[in-house]
Amino acid sequence: MELATKDLLRLATIGSVDDGKSTLIGRLLVDTRQLFDDQLDAVAAASEKRGIGDLDLSFVTDGLRAEREQGITIDVAYRYATTPTRKFIIADCPGHVTYTRNMATGASTADLALVVLDVASGLKEQTRRHLCIAALLGVRSVIVAVNKMDAVDWSELAFERVVDQIATVSRELGFSSSLTIPVSALLGDNVVEASLNTPWYEGPTVLEALEASEAGSWETAQGARLPVQWVLRQNGGGRTYAGMVSGEAFHVGDAVTLLPAGVQTTIRAINFGGVPRPEATVGLAADLDLADETDAGRGDLIATAPLPTVTKEFEATICWFGEQPFSVGGQRLRLKHTTKSTPVRVQAIKGLIDIESLKVVDATSFTTNQIGLATLVTADALVVDDYREDRVTGSFVLIDEVTNATVAAGMVGHATFL
Amino acid sequence: MTTTLQTPHATDHLDVLESHALFILREVVAECERPVLLFSGGKDSAVLLHLAAKAFAPQQLPFPVLHIDTGQNFDEVLDFRDRAVEVAGARLIVAKVQDTIDQGKVADPGLLGSRNRLQTVTLLDAINDNKFDAAFGGARRDEDKARAKERILSFRDAFGQWDPRQQRPELWQLYQGKVNPGEHVRAFPLSDWTELDVWQYIGREKMDLPSIYFAHERDVISRDGMWLAVGAFVEPNPDEEVVRKMVRFRTVGDANCTGAVISNANTLDAIIEEVAIANVSERGATRGDDKFSETAMEDRKREGYF
Ligand SMILES: Nc1nc2c(ncn2[C@@H]2O[C@H](COP(=O)(O)OP(=O)(O)OP(=O)(O)O)[C@@H](O)[C@H]2O)c(=O)[nH]1
Ligand SMILES: [Mg+2]
Repeated sequence: MELATKDLLRLATIGSVDDGKSTLIGRLLVDTRQLFDDQLDAVAAASEKRGIGDLDLSFVTDGLRAEREQGITIDVAYRYATTPTRKFIIADCPGHVTYTRNMATGASTADLALVVLDVASGLKEQTRRHLCIAALLGVRSVIVAVNKMDAVDWSELAFERVVDQIATVSRELGFSSSLTIPVSALLGDNVVEASLNTPWYEGPTVLEALEASEAGSWETAQGARLPVQWVLRQNGGGRTYAGMVSGEAFHVGDAVTLLPAGVQTTIRAINFGGVPRPEATVGLAADLDLADETDAGRGDLIATAPLPTVTKEFEATICWFGEQPFSVGGQRLRLKHTTKSTPVRVQAIKGLIDIESLKVVDATSFTTNQIGLATLVTADALVVDDYREDRVTGSFVLIDEVTNATVAAGMVGHATFL
Repeated sequence: MTTTLQTPHATDHLDVLESHALFILREVVAECERPVLLFSGGKDSAVLLHLAAKAFAPQQLPFPVLHIDTGQNFDEVLDFRDRAVEVAGARLIVAKVQDTIDQGKVADPGLLGSRNRLQTVTLLDAINDNKFDAAFGGARRDEDKARAKERILSFRDAFGQWDPRQQRPELWQLYQGKVNPGEHVRAFPLSDWTELDVWQYIGREKMDLPSIYFAHERDVISRDGMWLAVGAFVEPNPDEEVVRKMVRFRTVGDANCTGAVISNANTLDAIIEEVAIANVSERGATRGDDKFSETAMEDRKREGYF
């Protein structure tokens, strides 16, 4: 059987606790018949055992014992769905503020955010926080499911009120598109099947919107990048530099610069899995053979013009997940950027993002789950792009030197809405 | 479909999954001191070994391969294990559950009893004895609802335990495998692959597999809603009727708790077609070890299982 090749769309659900994210994903998977019979039976059995009716659809993704006991999502669940031309990787994220680090984990690799909110309560602070994080992470398009329409008697007025709130915040955060759909995740209206209860709505269902949305990267790429992961010794003595391509493609014959050293050379050959290729497209785990001898190693970067910046000091946007406050003179931290790790310290705190106003306000430290701007100084030089130009060379994490825990997500530069 | 799509990087989903896996393999090898690849001889670990060879070509694999031998294997799987390890030029370490039993660390379940859960002790001992700080596994998130929650690099404490409430944030593709002595990470390069992706990839790469994945005639009995192959580890009870059927295996585990499925699919194309339209999950169809409780996999994972 010939199965068509597919493209890949990564989406993450976001929004406040209990607004119905997991139920919506459960509904989407059940109504598109992506669940196996035994999985559906298991969800039904678990629902019955807990006295929650026939089928608690949130149990499709809420798979941990604690999640089912508490009726809340704790960590991201990944689920997969396919249509004839597309594979979806769905990250169902938790809404509770305590688990913001897990929501950021799910959203950091997403092309698209599926925002869920309860029509009765509208846009809550936690919805704004998630939207803000998604915008900072570079998720450019959002699909907004205004949920629990069954509970407000399918009121167009109630829907329109939420649409207005969403439109305002989407504009402020600079989302390129934000489609708003009235749904009932519980009953299935406008999820896969168009609803008869919303004759006043003429737009697509959630599934149609997902199928029509664009997959792939959003960055305004500035040149090709390959952070060197590993040096491969070739038979006969040469070396090639292995890593994943970001930004733009490399081609045999391209003039490249090895950074931070600044050595200029050209690409003699490109391989993938030991087999030569004429080009290395974005996302390919390729290895490059350079025309001149270099002493490149892990942590170096091969780039085409315009070149990234070599620096030991830069401004960054920080989502802080640590338990101790983030401040000048705080805990000892290490920074991991592309394939390089270096000691780092906080030079200055520039301010904190106020979730209500989405403005930067004065602060001297961040507490858990706060987001702000800071200047960092690293021991070793980094080769960086602004996050909005390259998601790979513009992102980093901060690691606690003692526990090795990941305590922050960082992005070089700051979003235009700030 | 309402729109035609431009694939952003002129690649299909298998190319994206493949490159991602290669990237993970290289990151872990670069960041950790002593990695190892867990190899069961099943299709997922076969794909993992194949990807590892690609990630480091033309060099040798920069880590050994570890097989946890329950002593209740299918012969065809052991044959394949030795073949695959030789083709990859890898160093094979075999840790035997029998040794763990002989050392008195776990109770002996008897010749026919399940050794599935005992493997965890053997695995953690092998990781400890060899001072491995990273172990690659072929687990996929589509297999089970607890696996669906797990990070690509999954932290294990000094007792080998997974704590689903305290997973490290895992941002972008910045995989962070630093651990203190005695702790380790499990790395799952196939996290985002589905069963169908795996078969399509095996087909595309024309990979070798154990013969039991392909339809063949076999004496089986029906037990606990599964077709079990009659053999050294499965003896029919007096009330169980032995029948000869055309079967194949969808997963490979211990001979006494892995069920066969009735199938005529004896080529990769036929298997891909069968998997694409299956309405029972791989584990639901074939694995007795997950049938006992709602959170069987979560409980085993917490203890340090694969
Ligand atoms: N009336 C009504 N209730 C709904 C609907 N969708 C979800 N619910 C209920 O809302 C509650 C929370 O649903 P979940 O899907 O667990 O919410 P969530 O957004 O995933 O919550 P967290 O993941 O913990 O943030 C459950 O009791 C659902 O049954 C809906 O369309 N209508
Ligand atoms: Mg949820």
